[in-house]
Formats: sequence, C-alpha cells, structure tokens
Amino acid sequence: MMHGMQIVALKELRDSLRDRRTLINSLIMGPILGPLIFIGMLTFITQKEVEKAQETLHLPVVNQALAPNLINFLEQQGVVIEEPPADPEQAVRDELHDVVVRITEEYPEQWRAGRPATVEVIADASQREIGTTLARVKLLLNGYGSQIGSLRMQLRGVDPQLIQAVRVRDIDLSTPESRGALILAMLPYFIMITLFVSSMSVAIDTTAGEKERQSLEPLLINPVPRWQIMAGKLGATTMFSLVSLALALIAFVFFVGLIPASNLDFELNLDWGLAIRFWYITAPVALVAASLLTTLAAFAKSFREAQSYMGMVILIPMLPSLWLFINPVKAETWMMWIPLLSQNVLVNQIIRGENVLAIWEIISIITTLALGFILAVTAAKLYQRPKLVFSS
Amino acid sequence: MIKVQNLQKSFGEVQAVKNVSFEAADGQITGLLGPNGAGKTTTLRMLYSLLPPDSGSISIDGIDPQLQPLRVKRQLGVVPDARGLYTRLTARENIEYFGQLHGLTSDQLKQRIAELTELLDLDEFIDRRTEGFSQGQRVRVAVARAMVHQPQTLLLDEPSNGLDVMSTRALRHLLRDLKQAGHCVVLSTHIMQEVAALCDQIVIIASGQVVASGTAEHLREISGCPELEDAFVKLIGTEEGLLA
Repeated sequence: MMHGMQIVALKELRDSLRDRRTLINSLIMGPILGPLIFIGMLTFITQKEVEKAQETLHLPVVNQALAPNLINFLEQQGVVIEEPPADPEQAVRDELHDVVVRITEEYPEQWRAGRPATVEVIADASQREIGTTLARVKLLLNGYGSQIGSLRMQLRGVDPQLIQAVRVRDIDLSTPESRGALILAMLPYFIMITLFVSSMSVAIDTTAGEKERQSLEPLLINPVPRWQIMAGKLGATTMFSLVSLALALIAFVFFVGLIPASNLDFELNLDWGLAIRFWYITAPVALVAASLLTTLAAFAKSFREAQSYMGMVILIPMLPSLWLFINPVKAETWMMWIPLLSQNVLVNQIIRGENVLAIWEIISIITTLALGFILAVTAAKLYQRPKLVFSS
Repeated sequence: MIKVQNLQKSFGEVQAVKNVSFEAADGQITGLLGPNGAGKTTTLRMLYSLLPPDSGSISIDGIDPQLQPLRVKRQLGVVPDARGLYTRLTARENIEYFGQLHGLTSDQLKQRIAELTELLDLDEFIDRRTEGFSQGQRVRVAVARAMVHQPQTLLLDEPSNGLDVMSTRALRHLLRDLKQAGHCVVLSTHIMQEVAALCDQIVIIASGQVVASGTAEHLREISGCPELEDAFVKLIGTEEGLLA
C-alpha cells in the first residue's frame, strides 16, 4: 500500500505531464530555449567580431590627392581605398559606410610646416557594430603618425625614444578560462530563474488550480492527513523543478560544445562534471522555490490571482544574482549561510576555477534545505485552515 | 447512523446554520429539504469534517468528525456540491486516485471499479478524460468515486442537480439499493419530487433552522395540507427558492 504523499505526488506528476501549458513552460521554454538563445547570441557576436577583424578594410577617403603618402601607407597595410561619398556625414548617418576618413584642406600646409596635420575620422560611435572597424582605422592612422614622427626626429639627429617618456606594458593575467567566466557569470542567474519558473505552473496548478476547479474539497474528504496531501504536491513540484534544471544544464553543456572555440580568445569552462556539480549545489533551491510558490498559491483564490503573485516572486531569485553582478565580491564563509546567495557565489567561484571549500557546499546545502523545510511547514499550516477550501 | 444536535455555524456576521438537529438511521434515506441558502451545504460540510461547527455536536457511527476526522472520512462517502473531477485524467483514473487514497490495493480497485461501472453504467466513458463530460456523466463519476471504498454512510449534496431523467432514475435506483443493503444515506435537495419519491425521513431546513421533520405522512399531517408541496411551503413559510 502506498503512502498518501506518494499517491498524491504520482497523480500530480501524471496530471501535470498531461497539461501542455505546464509541459511547455517547465520542460521546454525554460530549460532549452534559454541556453539556446544565450549561446546563439554569443556565437553570433563573436563570429561577427572575428569576421570584422579579419576581413579586408574598405575605407572611403575624402581628398585623397592631398596626402598621397598616407594613402600609400594605408594601401601597403592592405586597406582598399574607396572613392568617398558626396556627403560623408550623411552617408555615415545613413549607415551607408561605417567609417569615412577626410583629409582636411589644411593638411598639406600643416604637413609642410611640421605641425600636426589634421585627418578627420567620421563615424557614429554609438553604433556598436562598427567598433572593431573604427579601432582598426584609428590604429592605422596613429601608426602612420608615429612612424613619420620618428623619421622626423631621426632626421634632426634626435632619438625618437625621447618622446616616449613612459612605456606602458600590459601584463594581462586573465586566462582564456577567466575571460570565459566573465561570460558565464550569468549562469547562476539563469539557474535560479529556471528553478523558479519551472515550478511555477505546477505549484499554481496543484493548489490554486485545484481550488478553482473545485476539486480540492472532494480531495480533502479522503482519509489522508492534509500535510501529506500538501507534501505530495510539493514533491511533484520539486521533481519538476529538478528535472528542468537538469535539462537546462544538459542543454547548456551541449550548446557550449557547439561554439567553435578556436575563434575565440576565451574558453567556456563548462563540462558534464561541472554541470553535475552545479546541479547538486543548486538542487536545494528547488525545494525553496516549490514551498514558497505553493505557500503563495495557497493564499490565492484563483489561478489568475496566483499568477499575479508570481511576477513579484520571480524577483526573489534574481536579487542575489543582480547584487553580485553589480557588486562583485570575494567569496566568504558568511555568504554560505544565506540561501540563494550562497548558490550564486559557489557557482561563480567554480566557473572561475577558484577554490571552493567543502564546508561551504555543506553549509549552503543545509541552510537552503532548512529554509525550504520551514516554508514547507508554513504551506502545510495553510493547508490546515478551513479557509483554504471555502475562501470564495 | 448520524446524530446531529443543536448545530450552529456563522461566517462573520452571517449565521448560516442557527440550530440544526436531526437523526439519520441506517437502512434509511434521509432528505435535507430546504430552499437555496437554507444552510444544507454548510451542515453537510460540518458532517464530513471540513468545517468546524461553532457549537453543537455531531456523531457519525459514534465518531465526532472534529475529533477524529480521518476515522470519520473512512466511514463516509461524499458527493459534495463541487463535483470537481480532474479533467486531464480519465474517469477510471479519477476513481482510482480516491480509491488509492482510501488505501485500496490495485486488485481491490480493479474489482470495485468493475462493479461501479456496472452499477452506474459508466462503461461508455470510463476510459475517457473527463474534460467535456456532461453534468450527468460527471455526477455518476463523482458518485462512483465516493463509493469506491464501500462506505457505510453516504452524503450527497444536491445529487440530481443538472441530471436528465434517465440519470436521475438510475441514481434513485442506486440509492434505494444502498438503503436495502443497510447503508445510511443522507442527501440534500431543494426539489420536492426527489424527496417525495425517495426519502423515508424528511428534515426541512429554512434559514439555518430545522422547521419540521419526519415522514412525508407526518409532515402532511402537522401542516394540514394533503399535498407535500403545499406542506413544504406552509412549513417554511415562503415559496422562495423552491423552483429552480
């Protein structure tokens, strides 16, 4: 003979699996669409950057005849010089060209006088996609400038190094992994959202939905303690959430594997081992999400009312992630005592390949399960009230 | 065997049940008759332990529903006002779910559902999802669900609401069979004909109070009306809510 809790949980799982809305929300939209969009965007952006950095630079130049040497230099660097549009500013504004260079009328005179000769670079810096092209053009022009400058110094018998009083040398300690971690920093946020979103429709359906369909009254006339009925529903909700999380992580690892790594200057450090680790570190949050949502849904009279609460609830898992995003801090033991925050910190540490103490994981899991348990007891208390059934 | 004494229940300012006392014996069908809003549903909800009474006492086969809700629920089969079937489950799965919650094994369930299918003529739709069932089909499934654990006492809230003639006949037949088998059957209704056709004992409730009770014969006698309907109107003192 099965336990009441188990009977309820199995029924709710079967019922939810037959509900297309729940199925799509919990098992498809959340876990698969999210990673797909994220990774898709990432691939698209990086590929575009790589293409822009490598492709031949076509550069319209106004008044080419005024600076033949500069034109020569650019052509030697592989730039294809193009005829300029009649109105360069308008052409850039109309996005016909990314960048147009104008050699000013004063250029020859300034050049001959040994004063800085003015070259104008016309671009709209607010258009992010032209960033790479703009940087390339400026680099070339500056390169030409310092080359000529050095030559002039040498002609006058001055060591060109004199004007370089300080040399800045970049020593970048970031590794491809840590640069990748910067990109994966949104993973904890994503995990939290998945855990909450996937339990949402099941939590609403099993509590507020049951009220609305008026099946709660007959259900509660069965000789099973109410806490067991509630726990069964909670179990089903938690299961859904855990399965969604697993699916989401699988999707993430799978899609990360699809990115052509050789093109990038970062490495996305996410393999199956890590995915499993993330799963068990964040799994206790599923209980918190399910109990919290069930508690709220028990307050609501209808499906719609319950849904209106959920918009606010979804902010809860987002807060620690956003806080860490705005205010990146060093991981410390006290953070492990705070559910939701601890998972964020742990996942971030692991992504960055930094040390995570075993005790941290243990504290995080225990405190989060404790919070989940407290919320579950609250939900059970709400189930005891006659008002639960006869609120309308 | 149900004994109810001086039952009272208020919701805020509203006194839904003011003073209800009656007895319902085994082997009898007892009808709670009254206009809409008389307090019948509230009384039944207190009987099946979902609402605590403010005062008064209830005893079902010697059990107080508030003190031993689980024991009382095992004795009772209830068809509440809200039939509330799960629309994504089939009729069979709906009945099975409640059977499991009553602790029936899968063998017992299989056999019991076969009996109920025969008894309530569910054959046609037993394996269909209950989404889109007619009112009659829903009531029949709800009755089967309530009887899956063979309860000694059956409580039905407005069982023939929305039923067609054939379904009503089938239901009455079933209730008479249960009575013959010695079960205690209590139903609430606002339909005169139902009581006249079915009930051994009639409890007339109006505005939360029992205004008269007894056999149809007895009620005609005390009211001095030869027709039960007239007796009813005279006893509750209004025609309100009678025709629905």
